[in-house]
Amino acid sequence: MTAPMPATSPIRLHKALTRIWATGPGWQRLAAVNHSVVGIRFMVTAAVFFAIGGMLAMLIRAQLATPGSAFLGPEIYNQIFTMHGTIMMFLFAIPMLEGLALYMLPKMLGARDLAFPRLSAYGYWCYLFGGMILIGALVAGVAPQSGWFMYTPLSSDVYSPGINADVWLLGVTFVEISALTMAVELTVSILKLRAPGMTLARMPIFAWYILVTALMMVVGFPPLILGSILLEMERAFGLPFFDPERGGDPLLWQHLFWLFGHPEVYIIFLPAAGALSTMIPTFAQRPLVGYRAVVASIIVMAFLSFGIWVHHMFTTGIPHLALAFFSLGSALVAVPTAVQMFAWLATLAHGRPRWDVPMLYIFGFIAVFVCGGLTGVMLAMVPFNWQAHDSYFVVAHFHYVLVGGFVFPMLAALYYWMPHVTGRLSVHRLSVPAFWMIFAGFNVTFLTMHLTGLLGMPRRVYTYLGHEGWTGLNLLSSVGSFVLTMGFALIAADIFLQRRFAPRFRRDPWRAGTLEWATPTPPAAYGFASLPRIDVRADSLSPFDIGQQLAAGEGYLGMARNGWQETLGVDITTAEPDQIVILPRPTYLPLILALVTGVAVLSMLFKVYVLAILAAIAVAGLFVWGARSSGQPVDHGPLPIGHGLSAPPHPEAATSPPVLAMGVTLIADGAFFTSLIFGVIYLWLVAPNWPPPEVIEAGLALPLIVAAGLVAGPIAARGAAAALRGKGSVMPWLSAQAVALLTTLAALVWLIAVALPDPQTHGYAAASFALLAYVCLHLGIAGLFVISNANRLRSGHIAPRRDHDLRLTRAWQDFTALSGLIAVGFVVILPWLVTG
Amino acid sequence: MIAGSTALFALMVGLFALVIWRPHWAAQVSGRSWIIWGGLVLPALVLPPLVVVSLIAGERLMPSDAVPRIEAEARQWHWTFRYPDHGGAETEGILHLPSGQPVDIVITSLDVIHSFWVPRLAGKMDAVPGRVNVLRVMAGAPGPLEGLCAEFCGLDHTTMRFDVQVHDPEGFAAALTTPVFAPPP
Repeated sequence: MTAPMPATSPIRLHKALTRIWATGPGWQRLAAVNHSVVGIRFMVTAAVFFAIGGMLAMLIRAQLATPGSAFLGPEIYNQIFTMHGTIMMFLFAIPMLEGLALYMLPKMLGARDLAFPRLSAYGYWCYLFGGMILIGALVAGVAPQSGWFMYTPLSSDVYSPGINADVWLLGVTFVEISALTMAVELTVSILKLRAPGMTLARMPIFAWYILVTALMMVVGFPPLILGSILLEMERAFGLPFFDPERGGDPLLWQHLFWLFGHPEVYIIFLPAAGALSTMIPTFAQRPLVGYRAVVASIIVMAFLSFGIWVHHMFTTGIPHLALAFFSLGSALVAVPTAVQMFAWLATLAHGRPRWDVPMLYIFGFIAVFVCGGLTGVMLAMVPFNWQAHDSYFVVAHFHYVLVGGFVFPMLAALYYWMPHVTGRLSVHRLSVPAFWMIFAGFNVTFLTMHLTGLLGMPRRVYTYLGHEGWTGLNLLSSVGSFVLTMGFALIAADIFLQRRFAPRFRRDPWRAGTLEWATPTPPAAYGFASLPRIDVRADSLSPFDIGQQLAAGEGYLGMARNGWQETLGVDITTAEPDQIVILPRPTYLPLILALVTGVAVLSMLFKVYVLAILAAIAVAGLFVWGARSSGQPVDHGPLPIGHGLSAPPHPEAATSPPVLAMGVTLIADGAFFTSLIFGVIYLWLVAPNWPPPEVIEAGLALPLIVAAGLVAGPIAARGAAAALRGKGSVMPWLSAQAVALLTTLAALVWLIAVALPDPQTHGYAAASFALLAYVCLHLGIAGLFVISNANRLRSGHIAPRRDHDLRLTRAWQDFTALSGLIAVGFVVILPWLVTG
Repeated sequence: MIAGSTALFALMVGLFALVIWRPHWAAQVSGRSWIIWGGLVLPALVLPPLVVVSLIAGERLMPSDAVPRIEAEARQWHWTFRYPDHGGAETEGILHLPSGQPVDIVITSLDVIHSFWVPRLAGKMDAVPGRVNVLRVMAGAPGPLEGLCAEFCGLDHTTMRFDVQVHDPEGFAAALTTPVFAPPP
């Protein structure tokens, strides 16, 4: 091992680090895993999808401008409004905030990259390919057409034959893989990869917003993914989860969808609010007022947002008192929102406000979002909701919330952080007229729609007759929407011109107080040449001075060692460095993995299930193969990190990023399983045509074998870990684990094939099948862990001091045993208890 | 509600303008006061009365006593109305209502989810396959109204409208016995 290279000059350090961190030219760009590169890709791709979604909106407004228009027929119109919503929610808003967080977080937290760069890249490719499937379907005229929330039974195989709905279910699920990877990535990175000394209470407020958002994504997306899988299983294989004739329930879909869909609104809003909480102090020229109150309000908001999904379902016939509960919850969300609003106002009041283009958009945000919030409180009131639900009033409301709460802050953020990406200052010749066109165009379009809706115009009609009194208002909305579009075109031109011609600057042009401005601009691949120590709240720093010191290598890790991409991992609470996280170099693996995943998705879309299974096996194989050389093959012990401190490489640390990531993944998996159990209980209690005609005839032996096998897995996993620590033989334990897994799997397959009634006959059988299949999948993944462990044990990547693989395996086995026992209990014991 | 919202909207935009142009005045209020008064006290004054009033208003709309029932059955993309109190009369695409008399509309669906809505009469209620939902309505003066499907239900959702004819009591009975409105053969 080579000694750390002395950093004699900033230039030499820059060159040495760039050699290690840079993404190669030409085709090697496809191997990029760097957070700046992947973050910008996310944001640019999301902007392209925003433009496509905007074009679709223009078509909608052109069609509705006059009554009885023959411009678009209902077949096309239904595809267009479905895709407008789908694109804006899944392909624009979520990926845009992920890209922003990806790009910004390491720089704000004083780290060189995120914890799992290959996962980021894989997430990006999944997003891109999933989006391309959806856009491809639109071009081919087979886009989804059941509305962006895909209510069953309209979206079932009976009422939506053809692949349109499958495109939505599979394409969006493909994109959601990327959302989940990002959620794990961001949570772990914020908890673990910070500058030394930056405790959670000293983090810049943006990191708090993203931490809460990421955790919301961890629990919020699984219900949607579950719903999509169940609906696809109903469409493809006739399992009646949502068919009332056979013991399913269409409202189950609505519950699962809005269980995701409501938190989704806050998942979109919170990062935008985080950007506001970062920009407003800069322009007020003082740190944020009420930092702790804001953190508390974010957390309260996250909890509330999971308790109010039913307010999308006020007209489905749910008892009024139950509605009152959700109505109250929905109104309560106004409290944490108001706390943040007034914290921003107080920050401005106590500072010396400076006016600039981002402030113009912040004004736009306040005006538009407050309006959307107020109509939101109105809609939370049940009697008003019954009148306004599914009318253009609701369309106006959620555009005020989403455009006000996301697009305006993102445009402010664009003008604020664009100089960081390009290294060029903002100039304002086009920015100001562009803002006023967007602001005026938006309000003309959507303020009008409140009235159109109150006059009784429902959503999603492709035309109207002309005598209803909606004609003038619709024309006005259409005119406004074209002004709005021209405003966006002006912004595109503005961005292009600034990128080409604006003057360069050296560092921190806004005199901001956060660390991202201490990096070189445009940012170097390695971010910081050395890492700072942060002893104060990280939104009142002077990035200009810190930047110079860090570039000179005066911080931690100001060296190039072994060609490693190093960054520091800190203790979650004390923020003292406890490991050197060694990150992976650029690789084509994420691209290949996403391509094979795409093959699996496309084969399911075209119902070539043999190929889908082969591709899924290939994905599993690639995961095992990709992990073969992760970590280190030898022990290094503590290595110097500068300033007299030392820390071991992460494979030798107590809590490494992979261990945390497994915890976060299991939370997501637990949310998925809880949603499934919720679905099963819901069907038992509420669905029509219950109880089922026949239930499982399991006997005693098979369930006992399954239960014993489920318990044996974690025992064997513990045995393996103990053997590794005691320097005994690990392989026999791995073999025992494999035997336990295979026996359990065989017993479960037997249970499904022989004891369970045909899953196509009734919701009960279908739900039981889903539960058992869930356990089988987990056993299969546990098998992958065993294979990987055997492989990495042989190559020396698992050793007594580097035992993370076995800890991950144990966690997975514990979860599998717990969820498996509950699932089998639900399948075998519940019918027996209920039917006697 | 509209007036209250306008006032709150004016308050927020006004405060924003104030802190930008007259920060000295606004700085006299401490940061903590800003957050407590604006973030906690203001919503505490506005929200509870609103929730209570709407809960009471909602309860009033709830069917409790027995009133005449009319069945509304939705299917892609038509409405069928049946009048059990009038010898099982059935009308297609037109709903007859008595004026000044509360009626429960019993809403069902034969295929996908639809939603029964007569904007000038009352709120909407979904027609969910496998379920029976009830909406209490009371029509005013006799005359024609328009109703429509408010939940997107596929290709011809747009044209899934129906006419509503409100009659005085005698006219109502007569309308349902006139053979013109008998179910089509």
